Amino acid sequence: MRRLSMPRLVFRREPAKEDQTAKERFQFLVLPHLDAAYGYARFLCREPTAAEDIVQEAFLRAYKAFGSCRGQEKAWLMAIVRNCWRDWATENGRAIPTAEPPKNAFFEPPDEETPLSLLERKSTVQTMRRCIDALPEPFREALVLRELEGLSYKEIAEATAAPIGTVMSRLARARDMLSAMLEPETEQWKKAR
Amino acid sequence: MTACTDKEMALQALFDGELDPVAAASLEEHLRGCAGCRAALARLEAVREALNVEGLREVAPDRLRAKIVARTVGAPARKRFSLRDGAIGAIAAGVLAAVVAPQLAAPSLTTALVDGQVRSVQSGHLVDVETSDRHTVKPWFNGRVDFAPPVFDLKDRGYPLIGGRLDVIQRQNVAVLVFRRHLHTINLFIRPAGAAPLLKTSARQDGYALRGWRAGGLEFWAVSDIEAADLAAFEREFRTAARM
Repeated sequence: MRRLSMPRLVFRREPAKEDQTAKERFQFLVLPHLDAAYGYARFLCREPTAAEDIVQEAFLRAYKAFGSCRGQEKAWLMAIVRNCWRDWATENGRAIPTAEPPKNAFFEPPDEETPLSLLERKSTVQTMRRCIDALPEPFREALVLRELEGLSYKEIAEATAAPIGTVMSRLARARDMLSAMLEPETEQWKKAR
Repeated sequence: MTACTDKEMALQALFDGELDPVAAASLEEHLRGCAGCRAALARLEAVREALNVEGLREVAPDRLRAKIVARTVGAPARKRFSLRDGAIGAIAAGVLAAVVAPQLAAPSLTTALVDGQVRSVQSGHLVDVETSDRHTVKPWFNGRVDFAPPVFDLKDRGYPLIGGRLDVIQRQNVAVLVFRRHLHTINLFIRPAGAAPLLKTSARQDGYALRGWRAGGLEFWAVSDIEAADLAAFEREFRTAARM
C-alpha cells in the first residue's frame, strides 16, 4: 500500500511531436468545453443519460476531425454535438423540428402544471429547467447556447448552421416565450391590448 | 407596454452586447424617451435573472469526463496547472499511478525531500544564491524553474532567509528557499502542484519534520530538523507573509 500512496509521478514532457501537439491543443482548446457540450446536449435531447452518449460520441468525432477545426472551437464542438443529437434523434425515432413554428402559433408549455403555479414557487433550478425544456426547438437551443453557454450570435450561427438574423429572431422568440411562462399575467395583459 | 416593433432586434442586440457602438448610442438615446422599449429591455433582464440560478448550467458527470479523456487525449503530458486540467489530469494520473506505480518502486516524496535536506547540509551546498534579499532571490529563479516561487524574508518572525537553490526532487526541478531557525536550517521546497491531491501534509522521517501545503498552484514542502510544532509555526508565518 505504501507504494500505491507514492504521491506523484513526474511525466516529462516529450519532445514536441506532431500528434502530441494536436493532442495538447485538443486538450486545451476543446476539452474545456465539456460542460458546455453536456449542457447543450442535455437541453437538446432532454434526457441526461442520452446526453452523455451524445457528448461522448461528439468528442470522439471531434477528436478525429480536429484537424479540420479552424478556430472557434466551442462553436465547432457545439455543431458536432448538434449533429450527434440529430443522429441520436433519428435512431431513436424522435422528431426533429424541420420548420420553424409559425410566428402566431399558439404556444403552451406541455406541463400539466400551469405557469402561474410554477411562478408561485420559488424560482429553482428544477423550475427553470422545466421551463427551458418546454420551449420548442429551435428556440430552445438558441436560448441555451446564448444564456447558459455564453456563445455569441456568430458562434450560435455557426453551431446551428443558421444565418445570424435567424439566430436573433429565434433567440427573441425563445425569450418571449420564457418571459411569458415566468410572467403570465403581464403577458396576458399585453395580448389583451 | 411593448417595444417599438422596428427596435426589437436592436434592443436584444444591445442587451447581448452585440450592437455596434454607434447604433448602441442612438438606441440608448431612444430608450430615454420610450417607456415601451425600456419595458422590453426590463423583460430581457428579468429572463436572464431567472436563468441565473445556480445549478442550471450543467456539469458533465465525472465518469463521462473520464471516458472521454481515456478515449481521446489519454494520458496528458505534464504542463502548466489549471483547475480544469487538474481534473482531467487527476483521472489520467490516477489510472497511470495504479498501473505504473507498483512497478517503479521510486523513493517516496518524503524520502526524496529528506534526502534533499541531508544532501544540502552534507555537501555544504545549501544555497546557490546566498542573500537575505528576497528581491535578489526571486529573480534568480527566473529561467531556472518554469514557475515563480514566492520569496519572503521572515527574519522579523524568527526565520531569516539565507538564500535559494535549485534542487531535483523526483526528477523534477524544484526551487528551494533556505531559512535559518536559531542553529537549524529549514529547506522550503517549491514545485508546481501536481494533478493528484496532496496525500499528507505532515510527516516525520529520520528525525526530520516535514510539512506540506498547496497554494496558488504550487506545492510547498518545509523540511527541517526543528520540532514539528516549530515547523508548523514556520508554515503559518510563511503563508501569512504570502497571504496564502
